[in-house]
Amino acid sequence: MDRTALRLGIDELNAAYADCIDDDRLEEWPDFFAEDCRYLITSRDSYEAGLRHGIIYCASHGMLTDRVMALRRASMFEPHRYRHLIGPARVGTVADAIAEARANFFAARIMHDGTTTLFATGRYLDRIDVSREPFRFIERTVVLDSQKIDTLLVIPL
Amino acid sequence: MSVQDVDFRGGIAWPSNGISEVPFRLYTDPEQYRLEQERIFKGPTWSYLCLATEIAEPGDWVATTVGEVAVIVARGPDGRINAFVNRCAHRGNLLCLTNKGRGREITCIYHGWSYDLEGRLTAVAFEKGVRRQGGMPPEFRKEEHHLQRLRVAELAGLVFGTFSDETPDLETYLGPLVTGGMRRVLNRPATIIGRSTQILPNNWKLYAENVKDTYHASILHAFLTTFRINRLSQPGSINIDDSGGNHFSQAKLDYAAEDAEYKAAALRSDTDLKLQDNSVVESVDEYGDQVSVQILTVFPNMVLQQIRNTIAVRVLKPRGVDRAELEWIHLGFADDDAAMTERRLRQGNLVGPAGYIALEDGCVGGFVQRALQYNDDGEGVVMMGGHDAQSQNFRASEAAIRGFWKKYRTLMGA
Repeated sequence: MDRTALRLGIDELNAAYADCIDDDRLEEWPDFFAEDCRYLITSRDSYEAGLRHGIIYCASHGMLTDRVMALRRASMFEPHRYRHLIGPARVGTVADAIAEARANFFAARIMHDGTTTLFATGRYLDRIDVSREPFRFIERTVVLDSQKIDTLLVIPL
Repeated sequence: MSVQDVDFRGGIAWPSNGISEVPFRLYTDPEQYRLEQERIFKGPTWSYLCLATEIAEPGDWVATTVGEVAVIVARGPDGRINAFVNRCAHRGNLLCLTNKGRGREITCIYHGWSYDLEGRLTAVAFEKGVRRQGGMPPEFRKEEHHLQRLRVAELAGLVFGTFSDETPDLETYLGPLVTGGMRRVLNRPATIIGRSTQILPNNWKLYAENVKDTYHASILHAFLTTFRINRLSQPGSINIDDSGGNHFSQAKLDYAAEDAEYKAAALRSDTDLKLQDNSVVESVDEYGDQVSVQILTVFPNMVLQQIRNTIAVRVLKPRGVDRAELEWIHLGFADDDAAMTERRLRQGNLVGPAGYIALEDGCVGGFVQRALQYNDDGEGVVMMGGHDAQSQNFRASEAAIRGFWKKYRTLMGA
């Protein structure tokens, strides 16, 4: 696959990922990940200091599913949605049908009463299985620019 | 405390000398908030400052706050830890602009006044003037312009500071029970494995109460009950020091029985809601005493948490009458192997701003704060388990919250 096609494919993956979360189709969110996967939300401070403890850390596909089930069935919080803006992917090394890529994002949080704030900015650092379509995340590290989270984080970024 | 003992010096009035009915206006009144800064945070209390390991070498410093007051904590050339205000003696400028650094001295960027790591003023730019013009007057003495110092104490690798000369030594302040609870968790060299800060849309005291509230845990945090995680709990306890302000609650767990339960559950094919991946709760009895939860507080600003194998210090920072910040410092130990580290990281999903049994605490204080908006007459009821603040061997109790108010009323003089 040439690099332009690869980049377009990853952009498409990111766009579909954002739609899934922002449209509240969270039950489909784990499907964006390979069976053997890792998802981590951390801050730039922690990431640069090499601290591995994240804000959310899923080390298996089951842990992704559990996050969604807990959000739907157990966690108490005010209803809200996100609106993601994900910038174009920059594709790095590609080897053995695994692409490294990164993309910047903004995510606004829209509370049920309409209150809208810029909730999170950061970048995605990804390792993506591009051996077949649809592409799947093997690893998605969400590096937040700020170490501060307003109130709580329950919907994945 | 009797009526005669009450030194009424302003602040919100209480309906009685009791501690089981708490005026709502305590959470909303800006004047009360200002008095708390003076009488609690600058008063005879020990505030958590940092971990000793963050300033391991002479020259290392961190900047933090005691209440809202900006403070620097530095390890001096002699290896001792010093704390002093982060405010230049000249024009009051913030001296350290970042939250950590390293050096032999601290120099104000505004006019170049320099201080050593014990807070002593060592140099004033152009002190003698320029070409014999200007300069400080002859009566100016640098030794009269050192930075205000805090007393410092260290226990189990945690560094505390106090502005007051009246504060008893740290172990006396904590009492033997809480001192023991702290040493139990931090029984070997700890390492920082992560940190984050949660912005709380509420008065700081609503979080201070929440963390002492053993009543809400299984109700607000529905995660464990929803997924029928068999906790096989054994009776727990609430341990409160004589002042009321410091405490720890504990619950025990039969780890071996729980492990057997998971294995049995994996074989069943029932339709119960259950976790796909149990590693978020799979834990080991690392202290060998079957205690699976210990939540310890030091009045006014620190929580030391052991929830299974997650160890964390939480630092509560007031930021105005209706706002606070909660800093989470997640810990491991120098002797952790790779499996233990992975266990701590996975269980980390239980706590913090996105924690399965913690995230609700980030919003519930804000709900109270909103409900009190221009509707703060009357008192909240804190009577679960009685009216006093004694240690108890059960947890369906608000005794530790009453302990908070006992200490609070002593300090506030009302």
